Parts: sequence; structure tokens; C-alpha cells
Amino acid sequence: MIPAAFGYSRATSVADAVAQLGSAGPDSKLIAGGQSLLPMMRLRLAQPEHLIDVNGLRELDYITPKDGRLLVGAMTRHATLVRSEVVRRHLPLLSEIASEVGDPQVRSRGTIGGVMAHADAAGDYPTLALMMDATIVTDRRRIPARDFFQHLFTTSLAPDELVCEVDFPVATGAHRYLKFRRRLFDWAIVGVGVQMSDDGWRVGITHAGPTAVRAHAVESALRSGANPKEAAEHATDGLHPTSDVHASSEYRLHLAEVLTRRALEQAA
Amino acid sequence: MAVSQLIGARVQRREDPRLITGHGRFIEDRLPVGLLHMAVVRSPHPHARILRIDKGAAAAAPGVLAVLTAEDFHKQLQGVMPVTPSFVPEKKFVPDRFPIAGDESCFQGEPVAVVVATDRYLAADAAELVRVEYEPLPAVVDPEEALREGTHLAHVDGPDNIGWDMTFEGGDIEAAFARAEVRVTERILQQRLAPTPMEPRGVLADYSPYDDRLTIWLSSQNPHFIRLFISGAMGLPESRVRVVSEDVGGGFGSKISPYPEDYLVPAASRILGRPVRWIETRTESVLTTYHGRGQVFTAEAAAMRDGTLLGLRLTQVLDLGAYHGTFGAFQACACLMAGGVYRWQAIQARTIGVLTNKVPTDPYRGAGRPEGTHLCERMVDRVAQEIGMDPADLRRKNFAREFPFVNNFGLTYDSGNYDGSLDRALELVEYSSWRRRQEEARKQGRLIGIGLSTWVEICGFGPSQPTAAATGGISLVEAAQIRFLPSGSVAAYVGTHAQGQGHDTTFSQIVADTLGMPLEMVELRHGDTAEGPSFGYGTYGSRSLAVGGMALHKAAVVVRDKARNLAAHLLEASPDDLVFEQGTFAVKGDPTAHKTIQEVALAAYGPNLPTGMEHGLEAVSYFDPPNFVWPFGAHICVVEVDRDTGAVALQRYVAVDDCGNVINPMIVEGQLHGGIAQGIAQALFEEIAYDQESGLMQTGTLLDYLVPTINEIPDLTLDRTVTPSPTNELGVKGIGEAGTIASSAAVINAICDALSPLGIHHVDMPASPGRIWKLIQEAQS
Ligand SMILES: Cc1cc2nc3c(=O)[nH]c(=O)nc-3n(C[C@H](O)[C@H](O)[C@H](O)COP(=O)(O)OP(=O)(O)OC[C@H]3O[C@@H](n4cnc5c(N)ncnc54)[C@H](O)[C@@H]3O)c2cc1C
Repeated sequence: MIPAAFGYSRATSVADAVAQLGSAGPDSKLIAGGQSLLPMMRLRLAQPEHLIDVNGLRELDYITPKDGRLLVGAMTRHATLVRSEVVRRHLPLLSEIASEVGDPQVRSRGTIGGVMAHADAAGDYPTLALMMDATIVTDRRRIPARDFFQHLFTTSLAPDELVCEVDFPVATGAHRYLKFRRRLFDWAIVGVGVQMSDDGWRVGITHAGPTAVRAHAVESALRSGANPKEAAEHATDGLHPTSDVHASSEYRLHLAEVLTRRALEQAA
Repeated sequence: MAVSQLIGARVQRREDPRLITGHGRFIEDRLPVGLLHMAVVRSPHPHARILRIDKGAAAAAPGVLAVLTAEDFHKQLQGVMPVTPSFVPEKKFVPDRFPIAGDESCFQGEPVAVVVATDRYLAADAAELVRVEYEPLPAVVDPEEALREGTHLAHVDGPDNIGWDMTFEGGDIEAAFARAEVRVTERILQQRLAPTPMEPRGVLADYSPYDDRLTIWLSSQNPHFIRLFISGAMGLPESRVRVVSEDVGGGFGSKISPYPEDYLVPAASRILGRPVRWIETRTESVLTTYHGRGQVFTAEAAAMRDGTLLGLRLTQVLDLGAYHGTFGAFQACACLMAGGVYRWQAIQARTIGVLTNKVPTDPYRGAGRPEGTHLCERMVDRVAQEIGMDPADLRRKNFAREFPFVNNFGLTYDSGNYDGSLDRALELVEYSSWRRRQEEARKQGRLIGIGLSTWVEICGFGPSQPTAAATGGISLVEAAQIRFLPSGSVAAYVGTHAQGQGHDTTFSQIVADTLGMPLEMVELRHGDTAEGPSFGYGTYGSRSLAVGGMALHKAAVVVRDKARNLAAHLLEASPDDLVFEQGTFAVKGDPTAHKTIQEVALAAYGPNLPTGMEHGLEAVSYFDPPNFVWPFGAHICVVEVDRDTGAVALQRYVAVDDCGNVINPMIVEGQLHGGIAQGIAQALFEEIAYDQESGLMQTGTLLDYLVPTINEIPDLTLDRTVTPSPTNELGVKGIGEAGTIASSAAVINAICDALSPLGIHHVDMPASPGRIWKLIQEAQS
């Protein structure tokens, strides 16, 4: 619970953060809300030599609706998303998800950019980004969500690249995110999101594999007129969950199916 | 107005303003000049030979003053860590435990070396630089596997893994079973639990070389016993060691016994001649603070078809871990309490303590009594289910009703009214209405269950005779001292200690009432061996009020009696002609002749004393209770199990408990809230798991070890009956552990009741959704 020694500096701008990352070398890391990084440092699972603090980058803290898109700055905290009327109006599913991330402390510190960059298998926003075809905007390029999340804790970000924004399509149709967990503040053992959009249902599954998964088979079953129960039978297609102390792999598969059915039934 | 005005009142906790504004005094708050910090290097293996320790790199690291190993500590510490007889006087194999491993380390987390540095971070960094060469040895993880002949040994030079094997015979078991019309058997698991107090352990020791004195600040439930043990190991007279424990951020039993660090920190301080501190990290707390439970029971109950209970036969396989906990054998009391509140013709209970390569187990809130209650209440429900009788009726049919009641093992329950608490609980929960709803729900395929737990507890340790044998010589009684200071305020000292129970409030209520003083004039002191009577016996086993509260009351009565004599002298009346009310001695029939007890106190330090009376107004009293005390009650839980996911939703929780007379209802309710939450935690959430192959702990963080929060605990409906204990003048019993003792059985019985239409008879703890889902799958295939 006592981190190893590390250096610390503040970034004054996006360009400065990128420059500092480049000059401080491979063992340096950005720190945003610290809600994933600090626990790992306290367990000495992460021992970065240098932290570059991006909390001062106010320019990355925004929620802007624009041309049928909802642009969310990387430094937007969970709590800000929960409170935002704009989010509720343009992408209410994001509000719903944000309100159930961690506990109040986590929500007031953690950022959407941090969740994306960290790419935890149980992170909730990656599921939304994937199912909605969101785009991750960095200091240098635009990366479609499906190309961004590569594996557990692994994204297509370059070592010195900064997530600046998440660009979501607006969606106001029926939606639901169901998160199965033991305690209210826990990560999802399995989560399922559904959103009715212009081209039909979008369905995504959290923590049934190393990265979030878009449930294409469920979506197409629904497009061909399947009811929620029938469609949910396809939820496990292509999933490869692992077993851990929280759930066996079989149980996770079963939950994916049950939650998909229920999310579709409950979507409003 | 009656004299008794504070006892029974909802007095707000006096300690709270300080604690909730961050002004508590915990170990980490204390920063003496010249403080050094200790970090512990721990074995990463469940079992290993230690071949070589290279201190070089660590010793050369910045800020490091010393890197110490067993070799260094053997020069400081004599003997081995204590193991008490508790409920098992004859043990088979008790491996010697020195506070730090020498050639062999026997569990993951066992100390192997320590680093002392000028700052905590530097100490932690240097600890990573100590190079320990291990030769991993085969480990034994599962207690039942450890019993198998020819299996791996938890200690390489052990004869086998059997710490003890003893059978308690309570009546003619063969005869009881011979009459049986029904028999049910069950295997019941009690998973290991981590006590997880909010304040982890911490030790600060300051050895002063010039006068050869040692002061230890320790987060402890048991400062005097720790002084006894540590002074012995350090070769210091007990009188030259002072143990101070101020605020303690929770203990739940885990801060009763001495720990390796309690020896290593004082020894390091003596080696370096400076104060040394070690604060446990949360990781260390989960890994090395003694676990609770860790038992496997097999049980068979015999009964008649009309519901008459006959016999109970059980075996407790208790996972000791790598060493016996100092009070580890206390947990065998599950055997002695397995009969619960019922009349049985006979009970036979075998306890087997088994060594494994894991952290030791020791008392944890309830210690043996939750296990005994859980077993008994599960078996009683199994019998009810087998013969198709309502579980409430079966309980009523077998309740003990005549008190004192002597159970199968000769223990005498002081007083009880088991029908009273059960009836009230059934009424509060609206039992018959829930049974109807259950019926309806079942028709729709929904799984609702109602679980009962009618419990009794042995607590309030004393008395002196049996407890002397259990500790190995020192009788568990309690000591208190009351001192009137000249200006009329009172300092009260007691040998128990609080870890959140609110003694500062409740004990002061007793003293204030006995002396007719306002609460603000009473100062309660505990936790410092330099103050008050010569010995204190600590807080555990729900003993503090029934033993310590009584000692305070006795001392206050002695003081009051002396004050009465002095007042009589001052008022020129006979002591018998004085009435004492609201803190004032008044002469009967003469309203103008009176003295307040404060005036008397001042006089006790003045010139005008009756012949033969000594100066001062103070007294030390010991209370040796004639029996244990036996609180009891009835808990009822209603659950709904989600058939698709196995998730359990707690719909309703009712608890009607009886702890005799109540000093402060708010404190009693608080104890019950916490206690019930802890039992629900065991029933549904918490489990320390070790990988069966590697022997490594799998639940080392609080993301994996699921301590529930307020969100997971339902609203609790509490009520009480009052059946005073005849064993003490206050008529009080204990309530600190009651909630935990009762609740796991209520929850699991409810779940089993819900699942019974599927043919599922038993669910082990924690009843996680995954586990229940699997049982449903198996039942349906
Ligand atoms: C108890 C608890 C429960 C939680 N439950 C959930 C949950 O249910 N669902 C969920 O989704 N999350 C959960 N979290 C995680 C939380 O959402 C974190 O906020 C999030 O994972 C990381 O965001 P952060 O801002 O705290 O990032 P940090 O911890 O500061 O950083 C995490 C990683 O991302 C990198 N990083 C951060 N920002 C950027 C950026 N802009 N560009 C590039 N790299 C960056 C950092 O270098 C680091 O490697 C939980 C956390 C805790 C402690």
C-alpha cells in the first residue's frame, strides 16, 4: 500500500503533456483522476518513475453537443457527466452509466479519458463507445472505438499520446445499462448496454472477455424480428470470459444472456 | 426523582464528537521525536525453507538504520508466542512460534526480516531490496486434506498436522440415536474471514535505555495481557513495561492476541535505542491479521417424527493455520454451544484442530458461537423440513423453558425466555402473511424464503474458576478503580477497553448513577496499563459490561459507602439515618441537614475525619462473576432469490434480542446493527480464498474480499425483551457479538427455504449468486 518513489510534474497544455511524456521516457505516465493508477501504484503493480499530472488541463473538461454528436473532453469527471443536463438530453445512456461507476469518491475524481486509456476489462464506457461507434480523439488523430481497445489494459495509443476527447453519436431512443455486481460500488461482473438508434438496437457487453464486446449477433437477431428472449440467446456468441474469484466463465456467459434479455425488456 | 436516571437512557456517545471530527488518537497519530519506521519483509510462499538472507543492498539503501532477521531477534526475545488451553486443554502438536521465521516459513505473509528506516517510504523501498533465498516446500492448504495420512506436512519436522483431537460427550449419544425416527446429515462450511478493522494494527515502541523502561502504544483490545507477554519475552519486569492503547479503530477479536510485530517493534527499539513504529497496511491486514472461522462441520441430527429433538453428533474440523492462535482453541466452543436453545437428549461433538500453511485463525466476533449457532439452526431447519413441520413450531416444541437450564455439557444458562423473543419476532415480521406470500410467489415460480434463527450465547468471561484453566493460570475477572478528586470530579478506571463499543458513555452512566453525579463529572479511563488497577482483562467475548461494568459499579458502591460514613460524621448523624438521592446525603426528617457527595469528597482530603477513617475517597474493586451470562433472541430474515442469476435480495430483517437490563438502548442498537451486518457479510459476501494448487491467497484486496457497505445491508427492525441476568446486580448480559452470532443462520435458512422447492437442502457461505446459480443448475439437471 506504499507506492515506490516517483517524480511529479504538471502539464500546462496538451502539447506540453505530450512533450513531457516524450522527454520523460517510457516509465513515465499521465495521471488524471488517479482512481485506477493510484491503486495499482499502492500495490506496486505499477511503478512509474514519473507522473505527469493533467488535472490542470481545463481545456479538456467540456461536454459539447455538435451536429448530432456529443463531444466529451477527456478530463470530464464521472460526477460531471452524472449532473449534466446536456448529457441527459443527448445521450441519456451515458448519464445512466456514469451514475453507477464506483462510489462518490471515484466519481468525483475519475475521468472518462482515464477509463478509455486504462482499458480495464470491466470499464463501462468502453462498452458504450464500442456499441455506439464512438471515436477517441487524441492529440494527433481520430481512432474509432473498435480499433482503439485492443486487449486487456491495451489500447492503440502511442506511449506519448494523449486522449483528448470522446466523440459519441447522439442517441435518445430507448436504452438501458444493466450492471451485475455484488456491492453497489463494485465493477461489473458482467454488464450489458442496449440503445435503440436510427439503425436499430445497439448492444454491448462489459467484462465477458478482455475487452468490451459489441453483440452483433444479438443486434441482427433483433433486426430480423427476434424478441428479447430469442435475441439474448445470441449474446454469448464469440465471448470468451475468464474465471476469477468473482465468477466462473460459465456463469459470466449465463449472465451475459440474462442481462441482455432483461436490458432489452427494460429499455425505456 | 429516582436515582437511576442515566441507566437505561439514550445518552449520546460521548466519544463521537472527537472521533467524527478527526480528533481520535490512533497509533498513526502519535509522532514522537526521533521516530523510526519499520517495514516487514514477508514470505511470498505458503511454505519454504529459508536458505540465505542477503541484507546488503537493503542495509545500504537511503535512510536505513537496520535490517534485522531471526538471528538478531533471538538476542532480544526469549521463549515462544503463547498458546492458551482455551476449550482444549490437551493439544497434540503445538509448533513453537517465534515472532519471525528462522529456517522455515510456514505461511504466506510470515515475517522473515524487518527494515528500520528514517521514513516509512524508505523502509518500504528498502524492504524490497532484502534478498531472501527460499527453497519452496510442498504446502498443505485444505484442512481436510491436511488430515489425510501421508499428506504434506505444514511443518517439516511435525509428526502430522493434527493440533488437537478431542471429543465432548454430552449424554448417551447411542441411546439418543437408537430412538430416532428421523435422521438428517449435513456438511456445513464456515469460510475463513478477515476481520478488516477500519484501523489496521499498529505498534509504536519506545525503549528508554537509561532507565530500562519500555512504552508500547498498540491498537489493542487487551493491553494488560500484551504487557504480560511482551515483558516476559523481553526479559523486563512487568512493572517496567507500559502498554497504552488509546482509540482503537475496531478489533472484532483480531486485536486480542499478541502478534509478531508486537514483539519485533519493541525489540527493534531496544536494539536502536530510538522509538520505532510499524503501521499495518491494508494488504498486510488481509494477509496476516489472524483470520476468523475456517471450519468444516459434518453433523447428524436425530429426532422423532413429532419434532422432538433427540441427538446431535458433529465434527468440527478447524483450520488452525500454520500455528495455533493464542486463543485459537476458543473456537472449539462451537461444540459446547451446538445444542443452542433446545433440549437434546445427547450431543457428541468432536473437534479437530488442523495445521495448514495459512495465517493462523483466532477469535473473530462471536468466535465459535456463530459457528455453533449456524450449525444448530441449520440442523433444526433440516429436521423441520424432513418431517414437514413449520420451523417455528419445531423450535417451540424443543425450547429450554426452565432456568437455570443446564445444557448437555454442564453449562448453566442463567435466565431465558425463548418463546418471548420468538413470538415477538414472528409478530413483527408478520410471519403468517409472509408464508402466504411465499405460497403465492411459488405458484409464479418465484423463490421467496423465510429464515429463523433462535440463538443463545455464552459470554461475559469470567468466572474465575473455569477461566483460569482456559488462560493457563490467570482468572478472567475484572478490576476497576474509582477516584474522587478533591474538587469533586471522578476518575474511573477499568481493565476492559473499547474498540468502538462506547464504554466511555455507558460505563460513565453506571458510575454517574451510582454516585449521583452528572455524567460530565465522570471521566472514564481505560487502555493504559500505567493507570488504574494492577491488571485488566481486556474486551472480548461480550464481557465488558457484565464483568467490567460490574467492577466499576462495585468500586463506586465502596466509595459511596465511605462517603456516607463521612457525611454522617460531618452531619453528626448516624449513617443509617442518611438518605442518598441525586448525589446528596440528607438526614431523614431534617431537610436542612445535607451534604453533596462533592462536599464530602473535599472533606475526605481535609482535617475533619472520624476516628479510624483514612484520607481520600477512592477504591479498587474486582468482580468475579458467579456464572457466564446468556443473552438470547430470535432473528427472522426474508429473502427473494433471483432464479435466473442466483442473486439474493434481503427483503426484511427482524431481530428481537434480550441482553437483560439495558444501560443505553442506542448503544445496544448500534452493536446489533454492526453485528448483524457482519453476519450478513459472512452469509452473503466475505470469503478469504486460497488457491488450492499454489497455496496463495486470492482475495488480498478489498476489491476481492467483499466487505459489504451500508448499501448492501437492509433496514433492520429491532426490538427487545428484557430478562435480567440473576448473576450480577445490574442484571445485564452482553450484546457485542449477538448480532453476528444470530444473523448468518437467519439469512442462510431463508435462502435454503427459498430454494427448497427445487430440492436444495443446503447452501454454503458466502451464498454468492454464482454459487446459488450453480446449485440451481445442478438441481435442475
Ligand atoms: C473502487 C473503484 C470502483 C470503480 N468502479 C468502476 C466501475 O464500475 N466502472 C468503471 O468504468 N470504472 C470504475 N473505476 C475506475 C474509475 O472509473 C477510474 O476513474 C478510471 O478507470 C480511470 O480514470 P482516472 O481518471 O482515474 O485515470 P487514472 O487512474 O489517473 O489513469 C488511468 C490510466 O490512464 C492513463 N490516462 C489517464 N488519462 C489519460 C489521457 N487523457 N490520455 C491518455 N492516458 C490517460 C493514465 O496514465 C493511467 O495509465 C473504479 C475505481 C475504483 C477505485
